[in-house]
Amino acid sequence: MSFDFDLDRVAHLARILVTPEEKQTIVPRLENIMQMIDQLQEVDTTDIVPMASPLDQYQRLRADQITETDHHERYQALAPKVAFDLYLVPQVIE
Amino acid sequence: MIYKNTLAALSRGLAEKKFSSEELTHYYLARIATLDTELNSMITVTAEQALVEAKLADQRRAQGKAGALTGIPIAHKDIFCTNQVRTSCGSKMLDNFVAPYDATIVTRLKDAGMVMLGKTNMDEFAMGSSNETSFYGPCKNPWNLNCVPGGSSGGSSAAVAARLVPMATATDTGGSIRQPAALCGISGLKPTYGRVSRFGMIAFASSMDQGGIMATSAEDIALVLNEMAGFDEKDSTSVDIPVPDYTAELNQSLQGLRIGLPEQYFRDLEPSMAAVMDTTIQELKKLGATIHTVQLPNVNLSVPVYYVLAPAECSANLSRFDGVRYGYRCDHPKDLLDLYQRTRAEAFGAEVKRRILIGTYVLSAGHYDAYYIQAQRARRLIANDFAKVFSEVDVILSPTSPNVAFKFGEKAQDPVSMYLSDIYTIAANLAGLPGISIPAGFLHNLPVGLQLVGQHFAESRLLNIAHQFQQVTDWHNAMPKMATTVD
Repeated sequence: MSFDFDLDRVAHLARILVTPEEKQTIVPRLENIMQMIDQLQEVDTTDIVPMASPLDQYQRLRADQITETDHHERYQALAPKVAFDLYLVPQVIE
Repeated sequence: MIYKNTLAALSRGLAEKKFSSEELTHYYLARIATLDTELNSMITVTAEQALVEAKLADQRRAQGKAGALTGIPIAHKDIFCTNQVRTSCGSKMLDNFVAPYDATIVTRLKDAGMVMLGKTNMDEFAMGSSNETSFYGPCKNPWNLNCVPGGSSGGSSAAVAARLVPMATATDTGGSIRQPAALCGISGLKPTYGRVSRFGMIAFASSMDQGGIMATSAEDIALVLNEMAGFDEKDSTSVDIPVPDYTAELNQSLQGLRIGLPEQYFRDLEPSMAAVMDTTIQELKKLGATIHTVQLPNVNLSVPVYYVLAPAECSANLSRFDGVRYGYRCDHPKDLLDLYQRTRAEAFGAEVKRRILIGTYVLSAGHYDAYYIQAQRARRLIANDFAKVFSEVDVILSPTSPNVAFKFGEKAQDPVSMYLSDIYTIAANLAGLPGISIPAGFLHNLPVGLQLVGQHFAESRLLNIAHQFQQVTDWHNAMPKMATTVD
C-alpha cells in the first residue's frame, strides 16, 4: 500500500501541535511503525467478520431510571476554569 | 525479616496476632522510604492515609470481622482512580488530577480491608514496555538498577520484587502485567477480558485493557482475585458470571494436563531462553503434564494488529484530555484550537503522541477500511487460532518475553524494537484470554518469566498450574539483593 502519511493533516485531526523541529524526528519513527503495520495488507481476510470485542458481548440494557446523583460541584472543582457552573474556554463566537 | 513473607503468610501472621496491620504498615512504609529513593517505583506515597486505614483494619479484626486480606498493605498502579488521591497515569496531563472517586477494584479491595500505601509508577497512559515514558522518570529494576523493570506496570512489578509491598494492582493491554512481572521475577496475572471491572481505570485501548494482580506467588494472586473479580454494572464490558473461589483448585494434581507449545513462538527462540523453557517443561512433565506442539498460524500478525487497534482506540479515548474539564491546560490560549493543540502538545509525551497520531491516521477517512477494519478481521483470525488450539490442549506455554530486562535507552530510540518486547503477550489481549507470568529461572543474573495462557475464564486452572510449579521450584522465592539490604 502506498504510504501517504500527511503529518500536518493528522496532527490537526488529533489536535496536537507539532513544531517543524519535532516533525524531523516524528516522521521517520512513524514511517517505521507504518511499515511494520503494512504487513496486514498482505493478509487474506475475505469473508472474515471484523472483531471489535474479544467476547461476543451485547450491550446490557437497564431500566430507564435515574441512578446518578448530581456531582457537578465535585467534578467542576477539578476544571482549569469554571464560572456559573460552566466550563470556560476562549471565546468562540464574536 | 517480615518482607520475606508472602501475602498468604502475612495474612496468617495477622490472624495469629504476630503483628498488627499498623505495625505492618509502618514496616512497609519504612522500606519504601529507604529503598524507593533509588528505585522510583512509587509516584505517590499515601503514608498518613495508610496508617488511618491500618488502624481501622486492626479495629475490624478486634471485632472479629477480618477477612483474608484485612490489614494487608497494597499499592495501586497510578492508572486506577483513587478518591482524593492524585491519579496521574504517569502523565504531565494528569499531574494535577486528584480523582473524585475510587475505581471499582479500589473500592472492592478497600472493602476487603486492604491498606493502600501509595500509587505506583508506570509508562505514560500505560503506553510502553520499559517504564521510560513516565513523566515521573523511569522506575528501575531492583535486580539491576541499570535495567528497565518492564512496562507499563513497571512500578508495581519493581515494588513487589523489592518487597516494598506484598502485592500491587496493575493493568495489561498488550502485556503490561506479564512482561514487567517476568522482567522483575514475580508472578503477574492478566485475567480474562471482562473478569475484573474497568470502571475508574483510565482507558487506553478499551477492547483490550484488563486490570490484574502482581504478587510473589500464585496463591497470593488467587487470594486477591477472589475479592477483585466480579460483575460491575458500572462497566458495560464487565461479564456477569459467578466468581469461583480461586484458591479451591490450587492443590489439584496436574496429572493429565495438556500443555501446548506454539511452534511459532519457539521457532526463533534464543538458545539460552529455549534452555530455560526446556527445564520448566521437564518440571511440568514430572508433575503429570503432557506436552504437545500446536499451531497458531496467524500469531505473527499480533504485533501489527495490536499497533493498529490499540492506537486507534487510544486516539479516541485520549481525546477527552482537552484542557477543558480537568488536567493540564496550556497558558494563555489565544483561541479554542490553540487551547486544544498546545494543551495536548505540551502535556503528552512523545510515545503517547506517536500512538495518537497513528490511531488518528488509521481511523481517518480513506484509511479506515484498509487499516482499522483489516486489523479487526486479522484479529479474528488470531482469536480463531486460539479457539482451535484450545480444543487440543488446556493451556499454552511460552516465554513471557523474548528477552530478560534490557538496559535503559537500549530500545527507547526505536519504537518498533520496543513493541516487539510484547511479541508473546499481545495475542492474549487480542483474543481476551487470561494469561499468567511466573518466575522460571535466570539468564545473565536477571529473571526469566514463563507465560501460561488459558481459555476464557480459566484463571483457576492457570493459578493451579502456577501454584503446583511453585511447590516444586524456588524461582519465585528468589529476591533481588537490594530487597535484603533493609529489614
